[in-house]
Amino acid sequence: MPTFVYMTNCDGCGECVDICPSDIMHIDPTHRRAYNIEPNFCWECYSCVKACPQNAIDVRGYSDFAPLGHSVRTIRDEEKATIQWKIKFRDGREKNFESPIRTTPWGSIKSASDYEAPGQGDINSQELAHEPAGLNIDELPALTRDQLKQGVM
Amino acid sequence: MGLFGGRKTVHVDSDVLVIGGGMAGCGATYESRFWGRDKKVVVVEKANIERSGAVAQGLYAINCYMGMQWDENKPEDHVRYARNDLMGLVREDLGYDIARHVDATVHMFEEWGLPIMKDPKTGRYMREGKWQIMIHGESYKPIVAEAARKAATKVYNRIMVTHLLMDKKKENRIAGAVGFNVRTGEFYVFRAKAVIVAAGGASHIYKPRSVGEGMGRTWYAPWSSASAYALPILVGAKMTQMENRIVLTRFKDGYGPVGAYFLHLKTYTENAYGNEYESTWYENTKAMVGDYVDRQPVPTCLRNHAFLEEMKAGRGPIRMVTKEAFQDPHKETVGWENFLGMTVGQAVVWAAQNIDPKEINPELTTSEPYVMGSHATCSGAWASGPEDYAPDEYQWGYNRMMTVDGLFGAGDTIGGTAHKFSSGSFAEGRIAGKAAIKYIDDLGKDTPEVSQDEYQKLQKTVFQPLENYSVGRNEIVAGTVSPSYLLPLHGLQRLEKIMDEYVGGISAHYITNEPLLTRGLELLEMLKEDLHHLGAEDLHQLQRAWELQHRVLASESVTHHTMFRKETRWPGYYYRGDHMKLDDTDWHCFTLSQYNREANEWTMEKAPVYHIVD
Repeated sequence: MPTFVYMTNCDGCGECVDICPSDIMHIDPTHRRAYNIEPNFCWECYSCVKACPQNAIDVRGYSDFAPLGHSVRTIRDEEKATIQWKIKFRDGREKNFESPIRTTPWGSIKSASDYEAPGQGDINSQELAHEPAGLNIDELPALTRDQLKQGVM
Repeated sequence: MGLFGGRKTVHVDSDVLVIGGGMAGCGATYESRFWGRDKKVVVVEKANIERSGAVAQGLYAINCYMGMQWDENKPEDHVRYARNDLMGLVREDLGYDIARHVDATVHMFEEWGLPIMKDPKTGRYMREGKWQIMIHGESYKPIVAEAARKAATKVYNRIMVTHLLMDKKKENRIAGAVGFNVRTGEFYVFRAKAVIVAAGGASHIYKPRSVGEGMGRTWYAPWSSASAYALPILVGAKMTQMENRIVLTRFKDGYGPVGAYFLHLKTYTENAYGNEYESTWYENTKAMVGDYVDRQPVPTCLRNHAFLEEMKAGRGPIRMVTKEAFQDPHKETVGWENFLGMTVGQAVVWAAQNIDPKEINPELTTSEPYVMGSHATCSGAWASGPEDYAPDEYQWGYNRMMTVDGLFGAGDTIGGTAHKFSSGSFAEGRIAGKAAIKYIDDLGKDTPEVSQDEYQKLQKTVFQPLENYSVGRNEIVAGTVSPSYLLPLHGLQRLEKIMDEYVGGISAHYITNEPLLTRGLELLEMLKEDLHHLGAEDLHQLQRAWELQHRVLASESVTHHTMFRKETRWPGYYYRGDHMKLDDTDWHCFTLSQYNREANEWTMEKAPVYHIVD
């Protein structure tokens, strides 16, 4: 894109700065709004676009291979647990998509320490947390040492 | 504030220190907490764990799921598949270990709220292929991060770890790590009894096809800066199969994935003139690799080889035939949502270039090479195998412990275990997490100590690029050209050019040989010397400087490994022009390297390959 920020929409809240995996969304000290400081390190991952409460961030395809006039916009709604996409082609055609993003309430995952503590000696077994029950089979599969041999297969 | 005088040092004590909060790091954190209820489990992440690592953008498929509950596959089937795809060379003990645990991992994801598509007839997970299941994974990473945050004692975001710390009492034992806060510039000293490296593999060590704005649209994330390798290499951990880089056949420019297109949508490739071409390169390929060409499914590198030869023969572009499949509205939706879920950039390219796959068969390309350990390739650290069945040569202590005591790894970090992908990386993190707790319990009171002298020296090293810049900047009027310092981007572009031209990148048609590699190493050595003169204008550039340091060290390792293996094991990934054939007599083995930081020397050796024999 890289990503860019619309001057009139951005209020400088910094959500994009906080989320960007590439550390390229920064606050411009003069305008006190966000901008992309390093477009050539942008993966077009849309993390900042999705995180922006003002929908102020958009993407313009990489200048070295993307002709102008397109747009790919998204709205990610945690409450409805959906993400919507609108793709607009250079020639004006549009495509719309919507997908679920989560089946459980946000914050509902139990901590690993909320489960019953493992028994004495279980640390020495090969089973990981919630196994073998979590595998939905009777026992954890295993090999024996004599099943591994040198040679060309 | 003076550059060093006023800089605050923050000390953090932990039992388990997890470096990198991606899929592997989140798995390590969860499992460390499950087994170590009273332990201090600390995660340190360069970005924000909510959206970090290779899965930050989301995924549309989980590529490693056995389906043991429905008798779909057994772990040994997956080992055979990975072995075949990697031309015979994988750590089968480690691969089996991941495969036997991965189903439970995926079941946890579903319980946590990851939408997994179901086959309406059978009620089972919807298969994209034999190993892949389809998901609505836009929030895959935020969901997994929620579990890790709850498990961790504390997550430190925006801290770039630059070096590991060794124990001052006992040789070859880990004691912690250092890094800096990218926002505040504070220096961090992490003390730990066990360290799990779960950092990222290497993008941007080879010159990418796009060198303008689009250089960010690499196949693997631009923030995967080879810390997975540089951190262990610097403390002398042995590495394996670092020559085993991967080249991806993908949709052109956006590097949009092709897996769902081949497997689920049943699209196929053809040359510019509408002809099937792979079979025409059969004899050519057989002459190089023998009967490996007859194995099913055909190894990915060999399909790449046919693609490259067809292009060189002047019959490109190669296209994906999508027009037929996309007439089906369900398939059209899957085709687009596949990108929107994990590679939005490809949708942007198609929208920009008016490519509707319903009407146009889109072009494919082969990417620049990447070095990583979790996708269809297996570079990484040499690690101890599972206690219950690993051969003696693969076992020296705790599962997933490297050749340094107390130093564990998972995901891109651990070598030999191709095809683990997101779910397998999380599962491997869990394996490492449990093993690290056991290691700590066994340590008892014999705990490691960091050396104040060592971390103070490292503090000076870590912040040196800021000083280089502030001093050198006064020498010139303006601009980016200085006789006294290099900017991180300058160093990165030099690295990418060296690797591209001398170590088998795109402009060399992925070919190299001993004279080229020898010259490449000389140029890398000069680059390493120049890295002492990196200049960083601010903390963001300081992060880029240390990412570059990690990439250069990993690249040096790649070059030594490529030099050592005198054969062409994976045509389509790279070619040794002076040894153009696969050679099972001398090279059916793993390559291992070890770096000596004091002497600046690399030692190479071979290690045996053990196969599961039925």
